[in-house]
Amino acid sequence: MTLAQPIVSVSRVSKAYASGFQALKDVSLEIRRGEIFALLGPNGAGKTTLINVICGIVTPSSGTVVVDGHDIRKEYRAARSAIGLVPQELTTDTFENVWSTVKFSRGLFGLPPNPAYLEKVLRELSLWDKKDSKILALSGGMKRRVLIAKALSHEPRVLFLDEPTAGVDVELRRDMWNMVRRLAKSGVTIILTTHYLEEAEEMADRIGVIRQGEIILVEDKVTLMQKLGQKQLLLELREPLSSVPAELAALRLELSADGTRLVYTFDSRGEATGITELLRRLGQHGIDFKDLHTKQSSLEDIFIGLLRDGHAPPISRPAPRADGAARESQGAAPGRVQG
Amino acid sequence: MNVHAIRAIYVFELARTWRTLMQSIASPVISTSLYFIVFGSAIGSRMAEIEGVSYGAFIVPGLIMLSVLTESVSNASFGIYLPKFMGTIYEILSAPVSTLEILIGYVGAAATKSVILGTIILMTARLFVDFTILHPVWMVAILVLISVTFCLFGFIIGIWADGFEKLQVVPALIIMPLAFLGGSFYSIHMLPTFWQNVALFNPVVYLISAFRWSFYGVSDVSVVVSVGMTLVFMIGCLAIITWVFRTGYKLKA
Repeated sequence: MTLAQPIVSVSRVSKAYASGFQALKDVSLEIRRGEIFALLGPNGAGKTTLINVICGIVTPSSGTVVVDGHDIRKEYRAARSAIGLVPQELTTDTFENVWSTVKFSRGLFGLPPNPAYLEKVLRELSLWDKKDSKILALSGGMKRRVLIAKALSHEPRVLFLDEPTAGVDVELRRDMWNMVRRLAKSGVTIILTTHYLEEAEEMADRIGVIRQGEIILVEDKVTLMQKLGQKQLLLELREPLSSVPAELAALRLELSADGTRLVYTFDSRGEATGITELLRRLGQHGIDFKDLHTKQSSLEDIFIGLLRDGHAPPISRPAPRADGAARESQGAAPGRVQG
Repeated sequence: MNVHAIRAIYVFELARTWRTLMQSIASPVISTSLYFIVFGSAIGSRMAEIEGVSYGAFIVPGLIMLSVLTESVSNASFGIYLPKFMGTIYEILSAPVSTLEILIGYVGAAATKSVILGTIILMTARLFVDFTILHPVWMVAILVLISVTFCLFGFIIGIWADGFEKLQVVPALIIMPLAFLGGSFYSIHMLPTFWQNVALFNPVVYLISAFRWSFYGVSDVSVVVSVGMTLVFMIGCLAIITWVFRTGYKLKA
């Protein structure tokens, strides 16, 4: 086993249910050891089915899956031992207490009792104080933590998080993100599905997009944002304009309704963005500006575009983010923008 | 063999018994005590001996079987149905455990509970009637064999059931009537010839007969046939469970 080998290898997996519904269509995917991989897709796209196939909960109609070098059917013990799963639904042993359910999970996966390790897991998830509490009495967020504790109780090398932050508050979401980062740092491979694109954007090393049972894209996050993202330069004018001068029409400038902002869309991958030329020509026409910003397409913009028509859309309005940050980068001074 | 998994399932399942002590143990013991008061002491004192055994003592094995059979099916079916109902079955299905290990854990715990229950009823019966056990080792062996077999059957019911009603139907509408008509309270030799022959189609007749033989050395049918029938039923249940896990029937999509 080498580090270069993928830790999860899905090869030509299809799944058709008895009803005839084709949940997965010839899916092939490789997950690199130690990475955080985000699987994105709308409801019913096949995300959970794919995870369930890898974990052994759903039997694929065809294709093979290898986890940590072990075929999930022929060497199911070794393959499953490597996997921890946090399901989407809050499926817990309602009448049990936290400690017994976590202890159960560890034993179920073939590991001897290790109270010290389980204590560490529960403390990291702020569950230690609740260890004797019935799960029934816990809040939704706490139940979610219990599910994570159960998955971590058997020291998995691959952790599947199926919509881990669905329905949890911002604080818990932040806690979970930190936990995922810590796990990834310790060498655990993380595969998460999420509806929160900011989550994928914040956490993932690579992103896969699944639509109608087919993987339509797998890409390094940074590359994806660069390849499919567009950038805009926003110029805040000192004096409002009534219209864009005709001589500047070729530059594809847009003027805001109140005439105080010029928007210039450019391809950041191009040899020349045209910004230097733009600024020069604006100067020639006596159009002065007091500030400028650049804005990049969010993952959400890219994702929606991919699902709709297979390519990235133009940049939408600055998307509000859970942490309140706007998706804009501030240009310090016009002179620092290179064309 | 994933011994830790077997232990985890077994301990987890048995813990449920202690949590529901009233329902699991006390309730069957109380109802059995009532049977002994009514059929053993009150009516039994006016009944003639059956094959040299007082009526009160005669019904002891039958009443133990009545409880053991219904509780085995109920406990084992509930044990596997609950994770299905709660959704926690995902953990069992994704764990590195074999069908055999799952069975040993779940059925082992349910059968343990049945044997404990049978033993408690036996001790309770001793408070009401006087009896001896002629073949104690065989008595324990037959009790364990029947408990395990009917827990396997209950396990199948638990997988098949898609609602609590179905869980109740089999013990209440099938096992209980078969146990009542299978000689719990009488010897089938007391029936007219035609009904004796009909009774032989009731599998519970063989179980009660073998169990009663271990107490008093008397039986309605041959002990070898009884044990053989039980083993055949057990193998049938094992075959069905193996098929269930192989195909994922009612477990996997």
